[in-house]
Amino acid sequence: MNKKTVLILACPVMLLLMSLKTAFIPLQGKKPLTDSLKRPAKFGFGRPATAQEIAAWDIDVRPDGKGLPAGQGDVKKGKLLYAQKCAMCHGVDGTEKPGVKLPGNALVGDTSATSKPKTIGNYWPYATTLFDYMRRAMPYNLPGSLSNDEVYSITAYLLNANKIIKADVVLDAKNLYKVVMPAKKLFIMDDRKGGPEIK
Amino acid sequence: MEKRGNKDQKKATGKISRRTLLGGVLAAAVLPVQSLFADEVQPETPVLPEIADDPTKIVGPGPGPLGKRSPFEQPVRKPSDISSRTPLQDLHSTITPADLHFERHHAGVPTIDPAKHELLIHGLVDNPMKFTLADIKRFPAVTRTCFIECAGNFRTGKAEMTPQDILGLTSQSEWTGVMLSTLFNEVGISDKAKWFLAEGSDAAIMTRTIPIAKAWDDAMIVYAQNGEAIRPEQGYPIRLLLPGFEGNMNIKWLRRIELSEEPYMTREETSKYTYPVKDKIRMFSFELDARSIITYPSYPQKVNKGWVEIRGIAWSGRGKVEKVEVSTDAGKTWQLANLQEPVLSKAHTYFRYLWDWKGEATEILSRVTDETGYLQPTLAQLAEARGVNLGGYHMNPITAWQIKNDGTVLFKPETIK
Repeated sequence: MNKKTVLILACPVMLLLMSLKTAFIPLQGKKPLTDSLKRPAKFGFGRPATAQEIAAWDIDVRPDGKGLPAGQGDVKKGKLLYAQKCAMCHGVDGTEKPGVKLPGNALVGDTSATSKPKTIGNYWPYATTLFDYMRRAMPYNLPGSLSNDEVYSITAYLLNANKIIKADVVLDAKNLYKVVMPAKKLFIMDDRKGGPEIK
Repeated sequence: MEKRGNKDQKKATGKISRRTLLGGVLAAAVLPVQSLFADEVQPETPVLPEIADDPTKIVGPGPGPLGKRSPFEQPVRKPSDISSRTPLQDLHSTITPADLHFERHHAGVPTIDPAKHELLIHGLVDNPMKFTLADIKRFPAVTRTCFIECAGNFRTGKAEMTPQDILGLTSQSEWTGVMLSTLFNEVGISDKAKWFLAEGSDAAIMTRTIPIAKAWDDAMIVYAQNGEAIRPEQGYPIRLLLPGFEGNMNIKWLRRIELSEEPYMTREETSKYTYPVKDKIRMFSFELDARSIITYPSYPQKVNKGWVEIRGIAWSGRGKVEKVEVSTDAGKTWQLANLQEPVLSKAHTYFRYLWDWKGEATEILSRVTDETGYLQPTLAQLAEARGVNLGGYHMNPITAWQIKNDGTVLFKPETIK
């Protein structure tokens, strides 16, 4: 059998497969996407994760304080750390200056809802988010390089600079989540569910 | 939403940030293509192989290991320092070639060894488990075609804008992977779990909280895009796929899922991807509202008198496209467009409408209605519903194109303030 014959014989098979594929489309539309065969209770793929493995990656912090690590920080240390590690992108004091576009977002502003730009003071609803985000992603050029104490300190500095906490507050796992952010009252959950209303 | 352009970096003072360096690297990465043309010919002139007068008289090159585009076709994405946009005006149907899929990430594209990559699922589960990529591929697989769209996919401001410029942060692929519900069944989920955190293994360690209902509905963990392994820019080796939900939630380079009673309020779901609605800030807008755009004719194309087939795409994060209407008289009257079958849920749907253009100056527009009965609004309607400080997230206004007497096509930028 030469190549041409194989090709000719293969063509009807391909056409058949294509028409089968088309025939399945209406089925897909009606049924949820599940596999075709009866399933076992468990497949048994994967393996148990160890406590150490979970601890190594589980760095998230929730608004109720769950996940905040041991350690502490203050405004004074935070100010120094900010100058060393953050100011190059977010500006000397974190504020937006007319005519200067910072590589990073402005972080400090007043706490009125109508102020621009969006800053921690006027737009961040949870203080715990600051800790969570900085620990995982900042500084941009050395992500994940800050110690927990350093993150607490920079958090304290930024909250103080935005006039949310006093200069003598020492932040730790027991009090950071209790800080009430000025913007919290502005946030509403989307309650749209489709339908004709423009909202 | 993108506000920073390359020009902004030049104004940065002090030490060089990685963002700036990264921008430089990205610029360098696209240079070879540009310089290839710039050195030898004018940028507008494609580099073409020697063309025989009669191709039937010359035997062409033989088969090769990888196919390539015709040198006559040069669709390219449009990169900034934080994203790259799909050339929607160059596409003829709804599958986006993988190398033209839009790209958006917050700390660059990580290089991940697939042999070492693992997914951890823990929190409110019966059995915290780790899955290798090989494990994930052993589970029953599912293939689904759907769009992904960045929630900050709206730009306006000048007439010389292409569909790529206006809303190029949406693309569509055929994705293959495992239903998230299959993996959740494997670990066993506590009744207390109402949300799950998804986390990437990029340098941003990107996180978003997702309602658990999505996992039981249609969420997937995918490892293939248009039949082959997904691209690094799309999350290689695995990404979360949440059909219809804002792009940022479809966590790429997925490494961890944690089940929880409550949302985590991560940076991206609080200080980003939220937007003013009157005197409040709306958060947790997951589904993308129905939207459409005419991609032909659009800027910078030109039309000739006579029959013009108006073409474009429509989609909804809430289900199927019910209908698309086209107006060729600046929105005074609307006509039904033909929809290309199959119309899939939460998928770009191609529409076409035949128009006999007599040469008059006019405006052409499209508007979609999705299966929930939602009709794509105008920018003015959005402003009326939300206030004039709209921000840039979850914007889906009708796009109008101006047709000039000479056939020139221009975007019609609208302002609301």
